[in-house]
Amino acid sequence: MTIDLTRRGLVLGAGGLLLAGCDRLNEAPAFRELLKTGERLNFTAHRAVSDRQALAREFSPAERSPVFRSNGTRLPMTPQWQRWEEAGFADWRLRVFGLVDRPLALSLADLRRLPQREQITRHDCVEGWSAIGKWTGARLAPILRAAGLRGDARYLVFHCADAIGGRSYYESIDLIDAFHPQTILPHALNDAPLPVANGAPLRLRVERQLGYKQAKYLTGVEAVARLDGIRGGKGGFWEDQAGYEWYAGI
Amino acid sequence: MASASIVDPDAPRGGAFVRRHRLTTRITHWLNAVAIFCLLMSGLMIFNAHPMLYWGQYGANFDRPVLKIGSEANRGYLRVGDVEVTTTGVLGLWRDGDGQQRRYAFPGWATIPSRYSLADARLWHLFFAWVLGAGAALYVGAGLVNGHLRRDLLPTRAELKPRHILHDIAQHARLRFPTGAAAARYNILQKLAYLGVMFGALPLVILTGLTMSPALNAAWPWLLDLFGGRQSARTLHFVAALLIALFIVVHLLMVLLAGPWNEIRSMITGRFRLPREKL
Repeated sequence: MTIDLTRRGLVLGAGGLLLAGCDRLNEAPAFRELLKTGERLNFTAHRAVSDRQALAREFSPAERSPVFRSNGTRLPMTPQWQRWEEAGFADWRLRVFGLVDRPLALSLADLRRLPQREQITRHDCVEGWSAIGKWTGARLAPILRAAGLRGDARYLVFHCADAIGGRSYYESIDLIDAFHPQTILPHALNDAPLPVANGAPLRLRVERQLGYKQAKYLTGVEAVARLDGIRGGKGGFWEDQAGYEWYAGI
Repeated sequence: MASASIVDPDAPRGGAFVRRHRLTTRITHWLNAVAIFCLLMSGLMIFNAHPMLYWGQYGANFDRPVLKIGSEANRGYLRVGDVEVTTTGVLGLWRDGDGQQRRYAFPGWATIPSRYSLADARLWHLFFAWVLGAGAALYVGAGLVNGHLRRDLLPTRAELKPRHILHDIAQHARLRFPTGAAAARYNILQKLAYLGVMFGALPLVILTGLTMSPALNAAWPWLLDLFGGRQSARTLHFVAALLIALFIVVHLLMVLLAGPWNEIRSMITGRFRLPREKL
């Protein structure tokens, strides 16, 4: 074994040690817990400086992205979703269940009959890109009121028809975002029925959070008191699988 | 200097030890140094998730980037506007420690973590952003209260005269550094560099960082107007980070040239040995 004791070697060696140290810290549970205080700080700080009703910016039609990029699942492979798609989503239903007094099963026609909200908003992916598009759909709040959300409900879990690596996609939000005026269930993107790549027949828009919150291919909305008993317990597919923050406001 | 007719006989001379940096400066210096390194390196990992920068409100794969780091079959490249530079081995296409070929924009030795993990890099970045914010606020706050900023960093009218600045640039270019008591004071280039980072690059990097948050866009819509959109802010965030990185390179170089042991000791213990006057 030879030891490289040139100055360059020492500098590179020290740099390597530093990097290896960062990687080891990255794997250390206690240090990860420390890092995660950042998410709690962000969540607390954002909620402290934000009006609950503060609206995400809405843009003019001319400001839309020429092509609205899709991400994640672009074509669900689950047999159930494929049967729905073949039938033009005629027998597809959105179930509203869990901690509600009156569980619902809404068809696309039911959802289109509700008062519609149109909004041209920006979709921000956790990876860094943004796309602006026009969404049309019913607000979530009246649906929750119609279902009679119970007093012990704290979160809404969005169940999806697509699966990644054999695991179904899902997401969750708290009630502040659930009742936000711009939180809608769009069935249309840029005045056309929601394309398959963007979540047909119905998806979620929760405009003050990142793209992975915007669950696609919705099948159900479940009101729950806690998230830790559901799937991986972290409140969402990417939260469970990759360790993304549950609060995706930044 | 023959013109230095008024010499304080009690002033410390070359070779003497002086107290140079107060405790708040020393603590916040190292706090901010750690935070900035973690932020820069985790930031490069986050960039790897989407190695393009855009201008305006939106920007994604179908839109035209102002900067892109990418790769073709056997070539890595950096493209800024219409100018493309081959960067094989460093950017876009490189080999990791095991000799494995990788196509991420920035190589593993420059990122935290060294492997690709957007989730982990975000944990680091969004934690150390608070550390830097607190460290910078503490430094500036203390500096305003105890007079450090006004006394030691605010340039005097005489120092801002072009002749003085040009003289200082010439002295730096010849690697002639102040000796004696003058070495313990900040020269004008130092003052401008520190103030530029403190009141230019740092506020820019913090505000553009906040502008990338969809939640804060709703809370403070003026952020979007200030920078002309989230994607412009993302690009400016990168520019500000680059300016800070350049500052660090020059800063470290100057520490090396001015005597690294003496300089580092003064930032740890506060004690600084004045360089001897050249006769």
